[in-house]
Amino acid sequence: MDATPEIAKVSVIPTDWSDRLFRGTTRFFAYLVLAVVSAILVSLIIGAWPALHKFGFGFLKSDAWNPVTEQFGAAVAIFGTLATSAIALFIAVPVSFGIAVFITELAPAWLKRPIGTAIELLAAIPSIIYGMWGLFVFVPVFSETVQPWMTEHLINIPILGPLVDGPPMGIGIFTAGLILAIMILPFITAVMRDVFEVVPLVLKESAYGLGATTWEVVCGVVLPYTKVGVVGGIMLGLGRALGETMAVTFVIGNAHRISSSLFMPGSTIASTLANEFTEAVGEMYTSSLIALGLVLFLITFIVLALAKLLLMRLTAREGART
Amino acid sequence: MISLYTRRKVSNHFWLIMSFLATVFGLFWLAWLLWTLLSHGLHAIHWTLFTQATPPPGSNGGLANAIVGSLAMTAVGMLIGTPVGILAGTFLSEFGRRSHLAAVIRFVSDILLSAPSIVIGVFVYTIIVLRTGHFSGWAGAVALALIAIPVVLRTTEDMMRLVPDSTREAAAALGAPQWKVVVLIVYRAARSGILTGILLAVARISGETAPLLFTALNNQFWSSGLDRPMANLPVVIFQFAMSPYDDWQHLAWAGALLITSGILIINIIARVIQGGGKRAHY
Repeated sequence: MDATPEIAKVSVIPTDWSDRLFRGTTRFFAYLVLAVVSAILVSLIIGAWPALHKFGFGFLKSDAWNPVTEQFGAAVAIFGTLATSAIALFIAVPVSFGIAVFITELAPAWLKRPIGTAIELLAAIPSIIYGMWGLFVFVPVFSETVQPWMTEHLINIPILGPLVDGPPMGIGIFTAGLILAIMILPFITAVMRDVFEVVPLVLKESAYGLGATTWEVVCGVVLPYTKVGVVGGIMLGLGRALGETMAVTFVIGNAHRISSSLFMPGSTIASTLANEFTEAVGEMYTSSLIALGLVLFLITFIVLALAKLLLMRLTAREGART
Repeated sequence: MISLYTRRKVSNHFWLIMSFLATVFGLFWLAWLLWTLLSHGLHAIHWTLFTQATPPPGSNGGLANAIVGSLAMTAVGMLIGTPVGILAGTFLSEFGRRSHLAAVIRFVSDILLSAPSIVIGVFVYTIIVLRTGHFSGWAGAVALALIAIPVVLRTTEDMMRLVPDSTREAAAALGAPQWKVVVLIVYRAARSGILTGILLAVARISGETAPLLFTALNNQFWSSGLDRPMANLPVVIFQFAMSPYDDWQHLAWAGALLITSGILIINIIARVIQGGGKRAHY
């Protein structure tokens, strides 16, 4: 894809003012993107400063959220964000893996594209639609059928029991996690498909030639070859799940408490912002909300940086092998 | 005792069936979502949706002001976001390539692409709404532009890099200055890919709700311009869906159907334009 370095080097030396102008303009806009992201970070830090100054690191650990006494802490929202994302990954990763295997290894050629497109359309549906569908259609069905069944059958199992305790309300951490899983599934599937497709055919055919079954090829050849990329894709999905707002706001119940049961309402950073930001009065309240936003931005930043790093390592290795 | 051969065969079939079921599981949700939208939204679709403004509870009305507001903010957002995205993408593809600067910009662009949209809303709130002292359509459009930029940027770069370097060298050998090579040759060759990126960005921002909550806010009436709080479909859907009034909820479902079908159509058009080429996942 890239030309020989010598030619590329010659061609990037601007020869006259029009080239210099064009190059300068594109460079300016490239810097602009950098400036915007830096500005987001700086403005969040400035906005969050009063709260961070007052509460210090205790902000991350405190579970207080009291606008009247102006005591704020991020623990509840961070817990909700991590819990819903964890549930989402727990469901979405195996499903995405299955879909990616089906599309790349099993489906007949004429079926690959329609199924791939249909799964990708899941990512195109706006998050507010997931929220409405979740609250008005999924929650009633879930609370009448699946939830009582789960509570009844799992309640006596030592570790699972407390997780499914509580009245069948339908809304709560678990529902939010499940809907997040559906929303991030297409992103993880897309990355897995892409990395599965770069596995050299020779490797797979050698395994088949030795008599391996399709599943053994997937587990013994495809997955080891692409594991870094797969983990990168999972991290990308996690990044999506952490910041998802509207769908979660509809179904999580928006309660400021940490419960041991997954069927109890909770709140995430994003849902807290969506619900309270415009109604916040007083500097400390607004500042605490912005501090929540900062925490969310930093968490997604770290997750994404890790994802990029892993995917880059895969590309580098690919380059070394060819 | 089952032979090793049988065991391997059975486990192979078992896992392949599981992977088929996973696919069914994924498609099942899509079907359920679309069915819900059709069954709740279709009977609420009426021509007054497009002619009347959002009503107070208990009376008839439509979504006209919200539709116009959404179109206006999406248009302005794209007008800001498209040139920035294309030019920055051009820099990465034509000038930056393997430089450290390009790597950094690629990275921050991906951060922007996956940054929680609500955080972008908070950012625009602090820099525009707080400064001007009121919510406005402009603020909403800027928030949408920030979401559109990385989508356009990434597709532009990917598509321009697919243009073979020999094409550029051929043009350069004929004596074309570099800007002519890029504008007349590379842009033309990557045209359909760049257009796909723009369409995907439109699809992405027209359904965004979270960044508009604190920027454009909402407006029960017709907005006189972009400098006032502005009605827009996603926030109206949010507000009406959460309301206890039946007629508001019907309007919310109608709006949901409108917005989803619009976005799905744009997505499908984008895929058709792009053809069987490289897929983009945004």
